[in-house]
Amino acid sequence: MTLLSISSATKKFGGLTAVDNVSFNVAKGEIIGMLGPNGSGKTTLINLISGDLPATSGRITLAGDPLTGKRADQIARTGVARTFQLVRILPSLSLTENVMIPAVFGAKAHWGETARSVARDALLRVGLADRAAANAGQLTYIDQKRLELARALAAEPTLLLLDEWLAGLNPTELAEGIALIRSLTDSGITILMVEHIMEAVRALCPRVVVMNSGRLIADETTETALTDPHVIAAYLGEGHDA
Amino acid sequence: MKLLLPLVALAALAYAPNLVSDYGLGLLIGAVTYVTLANGWALFSGHTHYVSLATVAFYGTGAYTVAVLNETLPYPLVLVAAAVIGATMALVVGLSTLRLAGVYFVIFTFGLAELVRQLITWYEVNITGTLGRYIFLDVTARDIYWQMLALGAATIALTAYVHRSRLGLALRVIGDDEVVAAHSGINLARSKLIAFVLSATILTLVGAVASPRSVYVEPAIVFNPTVSFLTVIMALLGGANRLWGPALGAVPLFLIFEWLSSNFPDTYPIFLGLLFIAVVFALPDGVLAGIERLRASRKERTA
Repeated sequence: MTLLSISSATKKFGGLTAVDNVSFNVAKGEIIGMLGPNGSGKTTLINLISGDLPATSGRITLAGDPLTGKRADQIARTGVARTFQLVRILPSLSLTENVMIPAVFGAKAHWGETARSVARDALLRVGLADRAAANAGQLTYIDQKRLELARALAAEPTLLLLDEWLAGLNPTELAEGIALIRSLTDSGITILMVEHIMEAVRALCPRVVVMNSGRLIADETTETALTDPHVIAAYLGEGHDA
Repeated sequence: MKLLLPLVALAALAYAPNLVSDYGLGLLIGAVTYVTLANGWALFSGHTHYVSLATVAFYGTGAYTVAVLNETLPYPLVLVAAAVIGATMALVVGLSTLRLAGVYFVIFTFGLAELVRQLITWYEVNITGTLGRYIFLDVTARDIYWQMLALGAATIALTAYVHRSRLGLALRVIGDDEVVAAHSGINLARSKLIAFVLSATILTLVGAVASPRSVYVEPAIVFNPTVSFLTVIMALLGGANRLWGPALGAVPLFLIFEWLSSNFPDTYPIFLGLLFIAVVFALPDGVLAGIERLRASRKERTA
């Protein structure tokens, strides 16, 4: 069953077409990787889905309901949560408060003790429960990333968009991060993840979509994609012996 | 217990006019007026960090509403009219400007106060033919004091309520990061607009309640931009995102300004400027946050 459907999504910034007529579907419960060199339009596509940017044309639907034309807050309330490529936390709020926000303002509109317990569960899941009362501004980079994921989880999303969430982690943290994401798919969340770390993509995503200069150049199994001449050319340049 | 202390203080303040001279009563009115202004301002700007310099646009509008309507409507209805006009103005202004961020918003709100002043001046000169207006109302200084005290208490109670509500939480998130706020399901425009309208309505009512004291009203007096700056600096001194911060900043600053302006009428703006700089440099988050930091560092040292 298709959860997320993207058809002919296009985003133009003046003369630059950042996302060019991209179409693909994501099934419910699937975890799919999005690859492509820097500047190929991956983050822009994530921004179109989450409503951070309006699409120039095309149509994006979640379980049949259109997302295009909606504001980011409306899309968040339909069950889409995300992390950001450049980590975004709320520095003046405590960890619990940070994570509570989507529980309070999301689809379920929890309040008081319920919201707090949703936040506690999410912090527990990413391993930050013992620091729940600390201020988010004091966290290290990796813990800020964990916090961002906890916040996305507290939204109790049906679709989770991860924008290079694993970037910048050391090998131990990476292994933990991969295990964490796998535990999420086991609980039934659908995940679309932008990722450059091939180890993680191999471990987590049976299928990938590949973008280059705004276009979708591949939509196939991960094994196939990693030997696909088009994909290799996009990463390494034309005429390269791979 | 938490409620007892403010209530006792309120009762004492309500009784205070029986104990002081006319000059003392004047000081009390001024102090309570600025406490209410600073609190009303902080209701919107405290958490969102949208620094508004439009305080006097609403304050002056409140005063002018009374000046125009005081002979045609009973006094309570004049106050209702002022609140409605202030709220409507805030709604229109808010819808068109709350998308502006940072310094653009600051400049716009400053311009708004000037715009309203110029519009009223133009209207009075060209349409009604008189620039100044008189307010002849049977309202004593004590009445004004008690009304302002009630308005101030209501403002602080409203702030306490907002701080505990979804709206308060939404405003704090907006102050930290609007992109995160939107992606967490917060309707940015609605949250900001509600807070802005609540805040502006209070500021307008302050102008309306205070106006009978001046008897003579003209745009240059009631739209004095210094009022906007004083309000900001008072709220910042105490701590704009704390419940008691604005009150804590407003009372001492009002008394200092009062003393400076009567003793150094010519050089007083210089001191005003120096105080501005001192507050921003020394206590960017306000006195209350400064005390907390001091306590935290002392605790760390003993631990």
